[in-house]
Amino acid sequence: MENLLTRYRNVCILAGVLFAQVLGLAIQVRRTGDESSRLIRVWAVNLITPLEKSIIWMQNGTGGVWQNYIYLRGVRQENRDLKMEIEHLRLERVRLSEDAEQARRLQSLLGFKEQFISKTLAAQVIGSSGSDLSHSVYIDKGSKDGVGQDMAVITAEGIVGKVLRVYGTTSQVLLINDPSSGVGAILEKSRIQGVLRGTSAGQVMLDKILSDETVQPGETLRTSGGDLVFPKGLPIGTVAKVNRTPETFLSVQIKPAANLSKLEEVLVVTQREERVPDVADNGTQRAADILARRLPSVPEKPPETKTTPNTPKFDGATDAAKPKPPAPVKPQENSPNGTVANGIMPIRKEPASKPAQSVGKVSDDPSGQPFTVTKPETAPAQPPPEQDNPR
Amino acid sequence: MPVTYTSNDQIEVYRFNLPVAILVPLFAVFLQAFLPIRFPFFAIFDLPLLVTIFFAVARRSQVSGLITGALIGLLQDSLSHQPIGLYGISKTVVGYGASSLGVKLDVENAGTRLLMTFIFCVIHQFVYLVVARGLVGLAVGTNWLHELGSASANAVLAVALFAVLDKFKQRA
Repeated sequence: MENLLTRYRNVCILAGVLFAQVLGLAIQVRRTGDESSRLIRVWAVNLITPLEKSIIWMQNGTGGVWQNYIYLRGVRQENRDLKMEIEHLRLERVRLSEDAEQARRLQSLLGFKEQFISKTLAAQVIGSSGSDLSHSVYIDKGSKDGVGQDMAVITAEGIVGKVLRVYGTTSQVLLINDPSSGVGAILEKSRIQGVLRGTSAGQVMLDKILSDETVQPGETLRTSGGDLVFPKGLPIGTVAKVNRTPETFLSVQIKPAANLSKLEEVLVVTQREERVPDVADNGTQRAADILARRLPSVPEKPPETKTTPNTPKFDGATDAAKPKPPAPVKPQENSPNGTVANGIMPIRKEPASKPAQSVGKVSDDPSGQPFTVTKPETAPAQPPPEQDNPR
Repeated sequence: MPVTYTSNDQIEVYRFNLPVAILVPLFAVFLQAFLPIRFPFFAIFDLPLLVTIFFAVARRSQVSGLITGALIGLLQDSLSHQPIGLYGISKTVVGYGASSLGVKLDVENAGTRLLMTFIFCVIHQFVYLVVARGLVGLAVGTNWLHELGSASANAVLAVALFAVLDKFKQRA
């Protein structure tokens, strides 16, 4: 036996080393958490990343001196181009801000909650996993900087990935093109939802799209917010190719908006909040105030102006507050106010500011919102009653 | 370290300084992690694998070869997000195989090195895929055309890299 072990010593050692590693793999696979291999990873990261950080620091230093003080060719032309672009963007912003304001107002009325990125942290990509089959990168910010697990990592172009592991001064980011990643996504125009997954070749695919759906190449893809990692509406990329397969789902290849193979600076979303968007002129309102404005009531007295009565002012702002001639309205049969006395239908004055059709059901929202406005349940306004049959 | 003789030809056995034995694998892992973020095409190479093959062949000791491979592989595993041991097992096998080959063959000339590295790259990838799929259950796709291209690129790089690393060799 001893001779046998001596003779096959090397093979025995090989078997022992392999067995130990297989055992370690089995333990890691069995445990879902990261605790079993945490120590080894911390050592390895602390061994490699300081060197990466120092090289990035030196590179940025020398590159900054060269770019900012020496190599300034074409800067004037670039400055002119940028100024023109700013003018274009200003015009575009005015148009978009109107739309955004209207959308916020509607969201506020309907009680839609929206996720806002309230705080981000800029980080530098300092290294990769070193493996072609593991699509992850390391950034130079860690738990000491406020980075936490499962935080979204984005660039100005689009999403990049999520924080997988956090160390003291570095973090590992799992990219969206890794097979183990998953992002809730929605197509911008067709509003089809799917799950974004990576492949081992580093491609990004949109899964769970039924084959009877129509997906056009070039369509923009955004985050749906369903994964609880990425806020809704962030750009992901565009549809590059759609392959119809005999299977139930389409094979949709996505071209990521962010260049995942050449990442340098990224933003870590360290804080986000979910709230009903504020409307600038809305403020905090009580349900009673909304009711008072929307339900039929006595119109408010128009503000006294110094203008003479003979010169009426047809200003849009004051026109809404002016009393209008009363219109006869047939009350609902079940309405407590719809009483008929002496065969004479009571005449109700309509508010001048809001039309009668905008009256809706106002109720307390169980989700904690002060109120929700829904469509009116009653029938639309009836035509004026015929006077030949007074009862 | 014993000197091995094969076919009446003396085959040199080399050793390395401790700093070289530690820093060269560390530097290889560092470059493998750092360079792909600046030069994405570099991801096709596997510098830690080349260093494993070089040390295993030069030392011509199966035990030291497999231990070198295991340590380099585990370090590489620690930087990835996958379970630790995938590269460890692959490089252990390659380290053992390379040192076994080094005992029997003269692997000093460029042609032999080119062929040997190509074969060990394919073996490494095969073992990795078997372990990743069979033991861990990872959904790792295989594009063997890409793997063969990667093995060829690594083999070409190995010829140049081994020539540089030869300067650190010391006769045992």
